[in-house]
Amino acid sequence: MSDQLVDARGLSCPQPVILSRGAVKKLESGGTVEVLVDTVTSRDNVRRAVENVGCTVEIQEEGDEFRLIIKK
Amino acid sequence: MKRFWSSPWGIVSAGLFVGVFAPLLQKWGNPGNMGICVACFERDIAGALGLHRAGVVQYLRPEIMGFVFGALIAAFAFKEFKPRVGSAPIVRFVLGFFAMVGALVFLGCPWRAVLRLVAGDLNAVPALLGLVTGIAIGVMFMRMGYSLGRSYKTYTAVGWILPVIMIVLLVLRVLEFSFTEDGPIFFSAEGPGAMYAPWLISLAVGMGIGFLAQRTRFCTMGSLRDLMLIRDPHLFWGLLTFAGAALVMNLLLGQFNLGFEGQPVAHTNHLWNFGGMVLAGLAFALAGGCPGRQIFMSGEGDGDAAIFVIGMIVGAGFAHNFGMASSPTGPGPWGSAAVIVGLVVCGLIGLTMRERMD
Repeated sequence: MSDQLVDARGLSCPQPVILSRGAVKKLESGGTVEVLVDTVTSRDNVRRAVENVGCTVEIQEEGDEFRLIIKK
Repeated sequence: MKRFWSSPWGIVSAGLFVGVFAPLLQKWGNPGNMGICVACFERDIAGALGLHRAGVVQYLRPEIMGFVFGALIAAFAFKEFKPRVGSAPIVRFVLGFFAMVGALVFLGCPWRAVLRLVAGDLNAVPALLGLVTGIAIGVMFMRMGYSLGRSYKTYTAVGWILPVIMIVLLVLRVLEFSFTEDGPIFFSAEGPGAMYAPWLISLAVGMGIGFLAQRTRFCTMGSLRDLMLIRDPHLFWGLLTFAGAALVMNLLLGQFNLGFEGQPVAHTNHLWNFGGMVLAGLAFALAGGCPGRQIFMSGEGDGDAAIFVIGMIVGAGFAHNFGMASSPTGPGPWGSAAVIVGLVVCGLIGLTMRERMD
């Protein structure tokens, strides 16, 4: 179970990144946040943005959507 | 291969392609320092359709159609064609409208601002400073919670609307069709609108750019926005490569001419070169992409981006009909007023469309 869920489906760039980074900032070390997106662009942008601040990301494809499990 | 496109090498390859082929398109016939200009080319399309009657800028530019087709093909090939709509379409129309007004006060989109600079046109310096300023204002609104809201998945047919419009325009270009005597489709007999590369070459280069840009998300506004907002240089590598490659090509092709005066399709009013691009930069930032990126997203089925593109084309009609667009002699009589109105409108959009940032 993650500490937070960010639903960024349908939001256009750069909002998914802003919301994800905001959620990651509030995390304690070792905590996780889940981000839902529905485009490959958002998936890649969020992944790059949180990897750049030292997080690890696991991506699950769910039909047309993606669930990113981000660990700080 | 999938990671290649989202890697720095992917975005650099897109920048390289645009940087090499834009100066070549000029060599092959396109107007000076306008190998590619998304705003100018959409303005030419507006003119060809008779939405404005500025006789020197009327031509159905196949590059724009190629952008859409290339992005469409890439989106299908990589299963990224996702028809979606519903994220504040009328706001996107208004943003497209004023983005075009701002771009036509300067005489160029961000792509052309870069192409002008690396061809030695120093009037592009205040314009690029204006672009950065406009994007910075947009970033400020984003930090305050600005949002256009969510888009929603829709019918496949919706995603095809803009591509089909582009197919029709291409057919009209190829046939050089005339609907009435002395009526549209208009093709300029002189001026920038009469300068063009062979249509098949324009189309092919446009498709190549559309394909690469869809894969790599190449975006001039986005490169600067991401640097400011999240300190991410990824897209910026594409912009830098584009500028560097175009500079080298201009030097090789003898298309470099340093100075302010006598530059092709340009004026020397620094204040309004700056002001026009502040407006354009702000409108692009609020809409989430430069004019090229909006076209590529339209090719992926994004109906909201398509509305922005149509807003730009309509905006070009108004800009010329209402004396807002500049000419090589300087800003139009209503250019400065239009920029101020546009900044007020975009400012109100940025301030009022906010979600709580918890």
